Amino acid sequence: MESLYLLIPLSVAVVFLIGWVFWCALHGGQFDDLDRAGTDVLSEDE
Amino acid sequence: MTGTCFHCGLPLPEPGRWRAPVLGVPRNFCCAGCQAVASTIAAAGHARYYETRERPGAKPESLPDALAYDDPLAQRQFTDSNGPNERSATLILDRIRCAACLWLNEQTLRHVPGVLRADLNYTTQRARVAWDPVRCRLSDIVAATRAIGYDAYPYDPQRQGAFDRGARRKALWGLFVAGFGAMQVMMYAFPAYVDEGTGTLSREAEALMRWASLLLTAPVIVFSCGPFFSGAWRELRRLRPGMDTPIALGIGAGFAASAWATVTGTGAVYFDSIAMLAFLLLGARYLELAARQRAARSLDRLSRWSASTAFRLEDGKYVQAQAHELVKGDLVMVPAGDRIPADGVVERGSSSVDESLLTGEPLPLAKSPGSSICAGTLNLEQPLTMRVERAGGETRAAAIARLVERGAASRPRLVAAADRLAQVFTWIVLVVAALAGLHAGNGWVTIAVLVATCPCALALAAPIALTQVSGDLLARGVALTRASALETLASATDVVLDKTGTLTNGRFRIARVELSGRADSAECRALASGLEAGSRHPLARAFEEGKSVPVESIRNVPGRGLEGKVDGRTLRIGTENFCRELAAGPLPPPDSALTPVYLADELGWLAVFHLEDTLRAGADEAVAALQAAGLRVHLLSGDHPAAVSALAVRLGIAIWHGGASPQDKFGYAAQLQREGRVVAMVGDGLNDAPVLARANVSFAMGGGADTAQRHADYVLLGNSLDEVPSTFHQARRAMQIVRQNFGWALAYNAIVLPLAATGWIGPLEAAIGMAASSFIVVLNALRAGASAQEPEPWKASTSSSLSRSPSYS
Repeated sequence: MESLYLLIPLSVAVVFLIGWVFWCALHGGQFDDLDRAGTDVLSEDE
Repeated sequence: MTGTCFHCGLPLPEPGRWRAPVLGVPRNFCCAGCQAVASTIAAAGHARYYETRERPGAKPESLPDALAYDDPLAQRQFTDSNGPNERSATLILDRIRCAACLWLNEQTLRHVPGVLRADLNYTTQRARVAWDPVRCRLSDIVAATRAIGYDAYPYDPQRQGAFDRGARRKALWGLFVAGFGAMQVMMYAFPAYVDEGTGTLSREAEALMRWASLLLTAPVIVFSCGPFFSGAWRELRRLRPGMDTPIALGIGAGFAASAWATVTGTGAVYFDSIAMLAFLLLGARYLELAARQRAARSLDRLSRWSASTAFRLEDGKYVQAQAHELVKGDLVMVPAGDRIPADGVVERGSSSVDESLLTGEPLPLAKSPGSSICAGTLNLEQPLTMRVERAGGETRAAAIARLVERGAASRPRLVAAADRLAQVFTWIVLVVAALAGLHAGNGWVTIAVLVATCPCALALAAPIALTQVSGDLLARGVALTRASALETLASATDVVLDKTGTLTNGRFRIARVELSGRADSAECRALASGLEAGSRHPLARAFEEGKSVPVESIRNVPGRGLEGKVDGRTLRIGTENFCRELAAGPLPPPDSALTPVYLADELGWLAVFHLEDTLRAGADEAVAALQAAGLRVHLLSGDHPAAVSALAVRLGIAIWHGGASPQDKFGYAAQLQREGRVVAMVGDGLNDAPVLARANVSFAMGGGADTAQRHADYVLLGNSLDEVPSTFHQARRAMQIVRQNFGWALAYNAIVLPLAATGWIGPLEAAIGMAASSFIVVLNALRAGASAQEPEPWKASTSSSLSRSPSYS
């Protein structure tokens, strides 16, 4: 049971880390246009 | 009084223009923005700030913008002049959150002196405002909304794009934090659920889980629940609780109680329920936001051309200019791949133009010198040189955009009714929650009632479905100009079709000329051509070619014909009856299948022109589809009864009336309405404007007269009759979905309220029930737009946008 005292704070830290990564991705414009990537493969050139 | 602004200390550009009393003394301000800020501060009872401050206040950041809106040149882009004493524009409202905000803004705008009308729409977050330019300025209107804590700015596609992106990012961030937090908190809650009194979980371990849950629920409250709290605050300040109030109270109280239980180590915690509720609610709202933006985007495409630049010929050189600076007569070069900046005629070059933006027509059209081209369409192949005829707000694209915006800014009756109902229901919920809590002596019962019975589903039931449909219709070339028209269309029982220009193309040619012998064919044609010269009637176009005789004092009798004088001799051209009133002697009988146009003078008839029109493509199918949909189809035309009868037989229309004047048409629609029928009218011409306005719901052809379009609820931009039955189909489907949603929302709330009030439902079940109910309603509403993607039985498959992609690159 003692491992909980390590793992639970660790999981909280990981959640915050993932939250930060998502923040960066979001403000880097990753999710601004979700439809385009799907149709990009269909265009022949570029 | 000094020459500086009381608020920011800058010099006064127009002393005395902006004044407001602060601390009992009238003060001068440099601009509407400073004045608004100061008035707000004073009105809120915080005027002491001015006595205690050490430095002048900051000039509000958005200030230059508000003044720039008054610039007449800039205004040409987004305002519409309806006479010297009225201007109207569409404003985007910022920070609108609910129907109550809308109400506040609407009231505020309507009380600005000089504002004639203000209609707001939550779906598009736009306000359609009409004002008297003599009595107020646009910046005053903007200032009024800023003074109450909102912001408004004229509709500008680029700015709207940035605004949409910001809103989407914010919503996505809140959703992610709530979702991830909820997932993790549920993991921490899980051991406690499994343990459930068996004692295998040590008190220390449970405390650890609770602290971890608290730590992860806090960001959910801070980052994700902001919209609920600020919405509730705004609602409460005006004592008009909406759907945010119960949610914010439930979440806030639930979190506070759980946090207290964690700190003191006693009582129950519901972190998992709170985080999950926030996640699911935000999920539903994100879908709503996405749907709203998608619908608004089809509208934005119509206006996007206005931001484009043009190459104008000045002193033999092409100089770059803004599209809205162009004036009639300018010669403009449009490179291949560019949007055409104004309406006009091709002077040099030939190319193909993609008009799908305006008409929904997917195939490019060939253009050569002499062809007319419209602003906002895309030049695909070769550079074109064009002569500008209409620019800025006068173009067809701008006119359509304004019609559609009017539609988006008007509030459907159904939505207004749902909002009122939701508001009443919220009061009930608040009272019941308080009473149930007191009765049970348990705060969790109050929270459960608040959360479980919040009328979110009720408030969301109609707007999303209606937004979906109007966006979808526009993408197919049908502009919806009045929001309530979907409701009415779904209940229509009769369709009245006009003949000329609606079922037929309205492109007449002279098939045969019958002469009385008093004048020869060439002379009769020349007289007819002269009489019809100024007319916009479709029949007039048959006489455009060839020589014409100048005619004086031409008088137009709508629906009957024209009268004029040549060398003192009175002439009439038009229907049989119209000419018989003038001419002595009998007139020859009409030919059954052709449309006769009589030419006569006082002595008798001169000639009968038998005109021929072609049936519009898809008319057969459209009539058949309308009849198959259970609608009674009528054919009503001002044309000669014989010609109308021939067409009615051909299309299988049993009820037809020919020779109808505009008054007759109006009376016909009124008579049907007296019989309890709900009438949908499809027409195109100037003559049809009264009946289009009289009918319960009306369609106008996009190629028809402007007046007809202004009176119509739907404008068929692509001139395609196919869209009439498919619009019927979609309206009915949308209303069915809305009814399902209302049914569901009402049934859910009716069942869950007593259960939660008597303590049968705990906070967890309440959160699941409420969020699931909202989700079901939103997902159901999203179906309303999806239906159009299924091929309709009466529609030939249109080529998809992908097949056109090579020409873009």
